[in-house]
Amino acid sequence: MTRKKAVAEATPSRPAPPHAEPEGESEAAAHLLELYRQMQTIRRIEEECARSYAQGKIGGFLHLYIGQESVGVGALAALRPDDYVIGTYRDHGLAIAKGMPPRAVMAELYGKVTGCSRGLGGSMHLFDVAHGMLGGYGIVGGHIPLAAGTAFASKYRGDGRVTLCFFGEGSVSIGSFHEALSLAALWKLPCVFICENNEYSMGTPLQRTMSVEDVSQKALAYGMARDRFFARDVLEVEHRIREAVDRARETSEPTLVEVRTYRFRGHSMSDPGKYRTSEEIEAQKKHDPLNRARDQLKTMGKSEDELAKLDAAIEEVVRDAIEHAETSPEPGPEILEETTYSGPFAR
Amino acid sequence: MPQMNMVQAINDALRLEMRKNDKVVVLGEDVGKVGGVFRVTAGLFDEFGDDRVIDTPLSEGGIIGAAIGMALYGLVPVPEIQFSDFIFPAYDQIVSELAKFRYRSGGEYVSKLVIRTPVGGGIRGGHYHSQSPESQFIHVAGLKVVCPTNPYDAKGLLLASIRDPDPVLFFEPKRIYRAAKGEVPEGDYTVPLGKASVLKEGKHVTIVSWGAMVYEALAAAEQAGAQGIDCEVIDLRTLWPLDIDTIIASVKKTGRVVIVHEAPKSCGLGGEIVSLINEKAFLHLEAPPARVTGFDTPFPYTLELEYLPLAHRILPQIVETAQY
Repeated sequence: MTRKKAVAEATPSRPAPPHAEPEGESEAAAHLLELYRQMQTIRRIEEECARSYAQGKIGGFLHLYIGQESVGVGALAALRPDDYVIGTYRDHGLAIAKGMPPRAVMAELYGKVTGCSRGLGGSMHLFDVAHGMLGGYGIVGGHIPLAAGTAFASKYRGDGRVTLCFFGEGSVSIGSFHEALSLAALWKLPCVFICENNEYSMGTPLQRTMSVEDVSQKALAYGMARDRFFARDVLEVEHRIREAVDRARETSEPTLVEVRTYRFRGHSMSDPGKYRTSEEIEAQKKHDPLNRARDQLKTMGKSEDELAKLDAAIEEVVRDAIEHAETSPEPGPEILEETTYSGPFAR
Repeated sequence: MPQMNMVQAINDALRLEMRKNDKVVVLGEDVGKVGGVFRVTAGLFDEFGDDRVIDTPLSEGGIIGAAIGMALYGLVPVPEIQFSDFIFPAYDQIVSELAKFRYRSGGEYVSKLVIRTPVGGGIRGGHYHSQSPESQFIHVAGLKVVCPTNPYDAKGLLLASIRDPDPVLFFEPKRIYRAAKGEVPEGDYTVPLGKASVLKEGKHVTIVSWGAMVYEALAAAEQAGAQGIDCEVIDLRTLWPLDIDTIIASVKKTGRVVIVHEAPKSCGLGGEIVSLINEKAFLHLEAPPARVTGFDTPFPYTLELEYLPLAHRILPQIVETAQY
């Protein structure tokens, strides 16, 4: 198991490999339109989540993905439907990009029994066997070794599945991150570790929590391939992640990818965000990947009318998800017993 | 029927289940070529190869975390933690993730695995190699906790644990790994989880114990018998879910109970058993339920035989409880 690992240096942005590019202009536009649809759906669902949270309809903690949608949507566009995704507490976007129904996601946030986890988990607990969504996780970095395990299992079974594991740059200082990368590199596992570097681990900027600025360098210690780029263009994210996914699928080698992004909202809804200036946030919003995708679509010939129609359809999906969540029942206490052990409690 | 010790019986169970079910994999520090620090996995590497008997780095959090991921994908991992004292780097994985998968995914995912780990004192290991942390896992809803005391139960309980739908911590008392010997059937059989074993029937005092201290309880019971005190000795076998029915039935008969465990007294499983007895059999009690346990100190290197609740410490408590 001590084979030499291929090390891909962090490379500048470059055009996508030809096989990944949808053929023809109309196909390319249709593809980008689909990615835009997903990003806009996530954005709008989360804006409504924030409203529902403020109204007290969603409890606990709520970590919004707003600003980072291009990472999840672009990365998951490079996957096969049966590939696995595992993420952090900031998991709404990943769940929707993985194909989970907005109804099931919203109902889970509301703590309703129609939620994907029957309302037992809430925001950080979006699971779906059918869609290969292995959940959000609330202990920072705690889920990263699990990704090594699922990747081990897919290699063991030889089914060609790849595991995509998302975490923030705040996770890379915790031991479980290093234990996971160590195992994945040692055992040559088909796993892509995606560090969404949004510059702040909660309220503290990266330079105050890490001795290096380039997170992807952490791969060097494990002889693991790495990549590093900005997430402003969703197609660029897709192309770059696809390289890592192909490497995982074809040669069973893991990659650490640092995707540089920015969240426009606080760490969670209870974060007043005083550690950043409004000028900084406004400057970052100029790079909003959603606006960029919308502009690209217009350049590719999509009319404002066409985009407005899509936006309206998304509004209907969001409205329907909220109505579903609001009218669904909460789980009863009897559900606790059957979900703690396979049978009744010990006594 | 072959004679085996605990090590051989556990090895036999692993081999049997790995032959039967190719989803079962073993991983841990030195479990492969070396065959484990106590040789429990000896020979498995040669039979099943390095993709099913997996040597890992010293990385307890990684071992258990990866095992959880394997289980989510349908494998049945049986990770070994070399000593139960080393389990704490993996405590987050066990408490935060493993125990709660079924609950927090609303039943979508279950992380089914069996963590094997040697437990307890008796090898002059000092506090890094001797502790009994079972109650720290019993306190976490979602986990089952097993602790066999003889080769027959060890094989049958391990096979039942591997096939059980819930995650199991399987504590192997290292003091009796080779000392406890007995007949073990060849082939497949299980000992059901959640069922205690009454090793000796008696009418005066109930003794509840588990792990290596069961043998001390039996020795003390024999000495008490010479003084005319007839003890009933219960080996819990499964610590959680607790077979409280067997305990209560016995206490209703004797009215007197002594609980013996190696772990420190405070917040040990013995305290929970006393509470349950008070709740369920209060009016049957003829004496206060008593505990003979390890001390509320670190597990000592030099004073190991003073720390352990050996027969010479159990006997006076039996007499006191009987005469109360």
